[in-house]
Amino acid sequence: MTVFDLNSDSVRALNQHLHDASSDYLTVKNPAGRHCIACGVDSAVEVSIDGHVGYYCAGMNKKAQVTIAGNAGPGVAENIMSGTVRIRGNASQYAGASGRGGTLIIEGDASARCGISMKGVDIVVAGSVGHMSAFMAQKGSLVVCGDAGDFLGDSIYEACIYVRGKIGELGADCIEKEMTAAHLDSLAQLLTSTGVDANAKEFRRYGSARKLYNFNVDHADDY
Amino acid sequence: MCGIVGIFLKNEGLQPELGRLLAAMLIEMSDRGPDSAGIALYRDPVADSSCKLTLHSAEQYDWDALRTEMAASLQADVKLDVHASHAVVIAAAQVASVQDWLRAQHPELRIMSAGSAIEIYKEKGPPREFVKQFKLHELNGSHALGHTRMATESAVTTEHSHPFSTGMDLCLVHNGSLSNHNRLRQKLRGAGVDIQTDNDSEVAAGYLMWRLREGDSLEEALQRALTDLDGFYTFAIGTKDGFAVLRDPIACKPAVMAETDEWVAMASEFRAIAQLPGVENATIWEPLPATVYTWGRS
Repeated sequence: MTVFDLNSDSVRALNQHLHDASSDYLTVKNPAGRHCIACGVDSAVEVSIDGHVGYYCAGMNKKAQVTIAGNAGPGVAENIMSGTVRIRGNASQYAGASGRGGTLIIEGDASARCGISMKGVDIVVAGSVGHMSAFMAQKGSLVVCGDAGDFLGDSIYEACIYVRGKIGELGADCIEKEMTAAHLDSLAQLLTSTGVDANAKEFRRYGSARKLYNFNVDHADDY
Repeated sequence: MCGIVGIFLKNEGLQPELGRLLAAMLIEMSDRGPDSAGIALYRDPVADSSCKLTLHSAEQYDWDALRTEMAASLQADVKLDVHASHAVVIAAAQVASVQDWLRAQHPELRIMSAGSAIEIYKEKGPPREFVKQFKLHELNGSHALGHTRMATESAVTTEHSHPFSTGMDLCLVHNGSLSNHNRLRQKLRGAGVDIQTDNDSEVAAGYLMWRLREGDSLEEALQRALTDLDGFYTFAIGTKDGFAVLRDPIACKPAVMAETDEWVAMASEFRAIAQLPGVENATIWEPLPATVYTWGRS
């Protein structure tokens, strides 16, 4: 196991090590809210971060398993491609923004714009999410075990949103949809695989009404 | 981009350390605001019959001559402490009479703050320099706000730096940008609020000053600000007994808060709070949009 102590080692040295490593088990001590910790990793390393991180932790993550034993600042796992990022605490705004794949698990709450423009990532939040979450979401799933703030799924293209608690106002073109057996199954699988203790049957599903982005031949004259 | 920090000491035993803690937080926010820095510090409140003002001179100044002249003219005891380009004046007189006298006799001086406990220091230049210049490590106090500025909409000068005074023992620091400040500035000037620069944050400070003068409580004034101020903001407002925090409803501008048995702190980023003792055991959260948070000694 490799240990980086950010009180003495630089974030740049840590990230370079992660970019060079093909496999490793690595612990990061004293993150102290620093930015860009474990960014751009492209191999199956396991990174365990012992504390709170600042902006853009685990950005562009590929293959790696990153665990943050604390809170994450804005933009955690931004543009995640694959692998897993797990946050034991809360995440600040735009967690998992534009993520293309992989899994983001937030064991606490996420604030505004969680999963904004998500393009395939699965995001599971054990707590609640703030306003404008899944804004312009295109693909993937956002699972919220707590409540969701206003304008959930505003201007959503495709993507599945599951919420167990209350939601504020739904965003433009986001509607409640039927929870089919297939959706229930995939939600239950996601909850099990991420180790989040919640009953899939207690969730409601939301998604796109497909009125905002679809070409509608009846309205051809309006375009 | 700008950096905001605030700290309120619940444990009075930490008061001699306030400046040192504030300095560490401020320096950590240098990346967010490398062009100017400023603080508002609350300490040693004066008696009701006296007042405390912070003055600033752009040029070298004969502060001792000012003290002598002021004491003779106002026929009052005047104490004066120089801190780099600023001086703190404590006069055994009513604050309005001291302000009137200064404006009439010494228009070359800028009144940075007025009240009984507040002191405001601000200067252009990197935060680390500011901390050294004003010997922040030596300053005590009960609570303080700090700001590191990265100017986006008006000039880099001491006058454009934060905090801005918003009335007796009140001040404001801002991270963000307001979009309706020109119209609002005109309106406030019409209502007799003295706004000196083209800075948007000074308009927010002037707005609060106006609302408080009209009889709003700080909480009411901040609630009303949510309707009247258009733009992006995280505000921290220093009061005689504590501080308040407000984020706009969209909440793009970051803010983190933390609390232990010893202190309450807020900052643009956690890394500023990470400098504080006992942070490992702090309760940490992100303030909600459009929600007023206040702390104070009751």
